Amino acid sequence: MPAYGTVYGCLLNYRSALAALGDAVNAPPYQAPPKAPILYIKPPNTLNAPGAPIMLPRGVEAVEIGPALGLVIGRTACRLAEADALDHLAGYTVINDVTLPHASVYRPAIAQRCRDGFCPIGPVLPATADPAALTVRALINGDVRLEASTSGLIRPAARLLAEVTAFMTLEPGDVVHVGVPHGAPLARAGDRVAVEIAGLGRVENHIVEDEA
Amino acid sequence: MKRARVAFGGAIHTATPCGDALRLADGRIVGETDVVWLPPVVPGKIFALGLNYADHARELAFKAPTEPLVFLKGPNTLLGHRGRTRRPADATYMHYECELAVVIGRTARNVTRADALDVVGGYTVANDYAIRDYLENYYRPNLKVKNRDGCTPLGPWLVDAADVPDPMALALRTSVNGTVTQQGTTRDMIFDVPGLVEYLSGLMTLTPGDLILTGTPEGLADVRPGDEVVTEIEGIGRLVNFITDDSEFNIAETAP
Repeated sequence: MPAYGTVYGCLLNYRSALAALGDAVNAPPYQAPPKAPILYIKPPNTLNAPGAPIMLPRGVEAVEIGPALGLVIGRTACRLAEADALDHLAGYTVINDVTLPHASVYRPAIAQRCRDGFCPIGPVLPATADPAALTVRALINGDVRLEASTSGLIRPAARLLAEVTAFMTLEPGDVVHVGVPHGAPLARAGDRVAVEIAGLGRVENHIVEDEA
Repeated sequence: MKRARVAFGGAIHTATPCGDALRLADGRIVGETDVVWLPPVVPGKIFALGLNYADHARELAFKAPTEPLVFLKGPNTLLGHRGRTRRPADATYMHYECELAVVIGRTARNVTRADALDVVGGYTVANDYAIRDYLENYYRPNLKVKNRDGCTPLGPWLVDAADVPDPMALALRTSVNGTVTQQGTTRDMIFDVPGLVEYLSGLMTLTPGDLILTGTPEGLADVRPGDEVVTEIEGIGRLVNFITDDSEFNIAETAP
């Protein structure tokens, strides 16, 4: 696992994920559909290596396995234009954005997203493939439980980077993941889990009980 | 003991107070405005609290939360003492937030309230600006409000925890262009420093350099380019920041 900077995730960036909220986006507490990208941070304690265990927090029975395409920044990125945003990448990476299920996305999901080991992440891979034509999958015990294409992104990679760097500068080693499709499967203690992006690679881990 | 991180003469130095001036670790004595002040801590995780003072929650028409409202910020947000923070041209309401910042000193996991202050290394002052125009109700407060470049001045000093016997009895004060606009005391926090360390270390491992910005009392006011904003906490420090506009950053005016 390389030394990454700050890892950002993006919520509701797949059409499937936003559609799953349905008309709720117009009701309290949301009041309106999202306008800007909805970002969150996977802090350093969450970073986890392929092959390592993912520990269930005490009292938790299952976690969501969230496959995500990570955009690894290679050059300082501030107020990028969409047209040359991808030129600022060092590469792609494969991320498992492990999350405790939470129906409400009104408040920041620190307790759900920031547990130790909740962000298995692979190596930096050359960014040669079209980021809008990648198949992402989540597997539990070898069975494909979620498959989606990055063609379903509301904000494709270049546009996401342009909108994000309009207000925050990204540095080399920082990562922005483009989001998790709707339908992240649940995994329980003893399960082998994997996320993969076709043509890029796979990150495998296993779920263990909290030993405490 | 108080320490600052400053840039001077082509290098980064640790500095300590010396009257109204600074003493660099190498012995040189330099004036406060002769150095570039950096955030006094190289940050790990940066936690911030929303609605953690009952009066401020009321001011924003919220019921006080029953669980800490925590969000995370990236290192791009931090700015040193006497730095310049940009107010975007399209903002109509940008306000400061004077906050006691807790600096974690030791690795901590599942720390009890009784032991929480033992893992605190020190304290500093944060000004956690928010631009309310960009608020949306998804993971609120969202990062476009709270994770903007240079919108979290921090400093000037890192004050050792040993020199702050009671972090829950400190006066906070903000002034804009010399007029006091915000006053409060850390005594009024809903979730106090030991409670926050217990809560966060129960969720995840805390490591040295992690910061907890503990929220702000009532007394928000809009700030404009040209304003000098001073956030001050008794015994911790007096943090100065200047508001500037898009032109300094070569951001073209957008068409009306």
